[in-house]
Amino acid sequence: MAKRRVAFYLMTIPALLLFFAFHTFPALQGIYYSFTNWDGFSDSFDYVGFKNFINIFQDENVLNSYVFTFKYAILTTILINVISLLIALGLNAKIKAKNFFRGVYFLPNILSVLIVGFIFNYLFANVFPIWGAKIGSEFLSQNILGNSDWAWIGIVIVAVWQGIAYNTILYLAGLQTIPQDLYEASNLDGASRWREFWSITFPMLASFFTINMVLAMKGGLMVFDQIVALTGGGPGRSTQSIAHLIYTGGFQGGEFAYQSANAVIYFIVIVVISALQLKFLQKREMDL
Amino acid sequence: MKKPTNWPVTILIALGSLLILFPLYMTIAIALKNPEEMAQSIFSLPTGLHFENFTNAIKATNFFNALGNSTVITVTTVVFILLTNSMVAYAIARNMKRRFFKVLYFYFISAMFIPFQIIMLPVVKVTTDLHMNNIVGIIILYVVYGLAFNVFVYTGYIRSIPYELEEAATVDGASTFGTFWKIIFPLLAPVSATIGILSCLSTWNDFMLPLVLLGDQDSYTLPLVQYVFQGQFSTDFNLAFASYLLALTPMLIVYLFAQKWIISGLTSGSIK
Repeated sequence: MAKRRVAFYLMTIPALLLFFAFHTFPALQGIYYSFTNWDGFSDSFDYVGFKNFINIFQDENVLNSYVFTFKYAILTTILINVISLLIALGLNAKIKAKNFFRGVYFLPNILSVLIVGFIFNYLFANVFPIWGAKIGSEFLSQNILGNSDWAWIGIVIVAVWQGIAYNTILYLAGLQTIPQDLYEASNLDGASRWREFWSITFPMLASFFTINMVLAMKGGLMVFDQIVALTGGGPGRSTQSIAHLIYTGGFQGGEFAYQSANAVIYFIVIVVISALQLKFLQKREMDL
Repeated sequence: MKKPTNWPVTILIALGSLLILFPLYMTIAIALKNPEEMAQSIFSLPTGLHFENFTNAIKATNFFNALGNSTVITVTTVVFILLTNSMVAYAIARNMKRRFFKVLYFYFISAMFIPFQIIMLPVVKVTTDLHMNNIVGIIILYVVYGLAFNVFVYTGYIRSIPYELEEAATVDGASTFGTFWKIIFPLLAPVSATIGILSCLSTWNDFMLPLVLLGDQDSYTLPLVQYVFQGQFSTDFNLAFASYLLALTPMLIVYLFAQKWIISGLTSGSIK
């Protein structure tokens, strides 16, 4: 049996070493750099203690990126879940050309986020304003991405357009796990459609709801490709996400150590939010 | 009891699907037009087909080179993920009672909470120091990072496979590796399909890792080329859209032929 045990170690130890070298070691290094003042290319740097962390809490750009990222992540999470649940209900109903529509609604999920962003960038600048002008709205006839108050909504629209695809599929899978006799029983009892949804469908989807909320929120907090393709963080810094700030500051702005500290804080924030979401949503699952 | 077609819902779903299809229609239409046609009406169908947009875009972006890079990276990554990540998960799933493997399991899956952006700055430093800022390096990173999610999914599935099958093989003198390849790996086909599809989509469409890692222009992937191209030709929209369409086409073709299989592969994986 010793031979068997050796084989199991041979299967895992190379993976462990590689994972440590390219995931954990860089993470530890990042934590180490966050206590220095390294700019990313100089030969030497000094240890500065918690200075970076203290500065981050007073940095308007960092604060601004957190505010943008959070309002973006929360709104996309809500919209994606509401819309994809509605679409999943529609696709699960008795409709014509069901497989065709399933194919269409899932389509955005296979497309590159960056290229979808570029396409929408053009639509916002050149196509949607034409409609805005037609209905005579001055507000809608401008390029929303060029307006520092509203550019974030443009990014939300693109993220929702693309993000509903995957969640719809998950909800659809969830709907198919609900036994049909529950509906037959409620029909006999004369329950309304509305009642049926809140008393049967929604509770039965609880675990799918949890997964979808956590996935959408995490995706929202990590937003990067859309920013690059749509606004580059602008106008001003109004749509700069945390990930985008770490990237631009860390690689181009000579703030390697400083943005490493930002990444450490960002990591803690994501872990806390995911854990809270799981705890809160799973508790709801059990209460049912 | 056959229910009649629900027409109101069918109509709503059809209208909604127009919102999905409209941007794609615009992409195709703009890619096939020239600036004069665009000036007349942005929305209309193209009158002539301007395939020169495509030939120019192919030349400007060195399209076939990027297509080759994306294909090599994606195919190699998916193959190695299926072969190695499943094996790691097998060793873990069959030894959950031993502390080493249990710790390893939680070590890998806890990494699911760490977005790449957080380790991005030091990873670039490590890979550059090791001269891994190239196609080989990026494949290694994708395969290694895949462990976090894939070990979680594979382990769950392997634990539902009864031991008896393997015991019989061991009695017949098969080695542990032999047992894995001949008995377990074929049984993993349904999960492997799901993981293969997910890894294929995420690798093919990934932009961030190529952006920070690939230094040499010859090794650029399709999304990265679009990014670089965007800055150079920001005024010729027809050319740009031809290029977008070219970059989207390979996956669109795959999706067209394997659509049912892709959707069912993803749903069967999610239910577990």
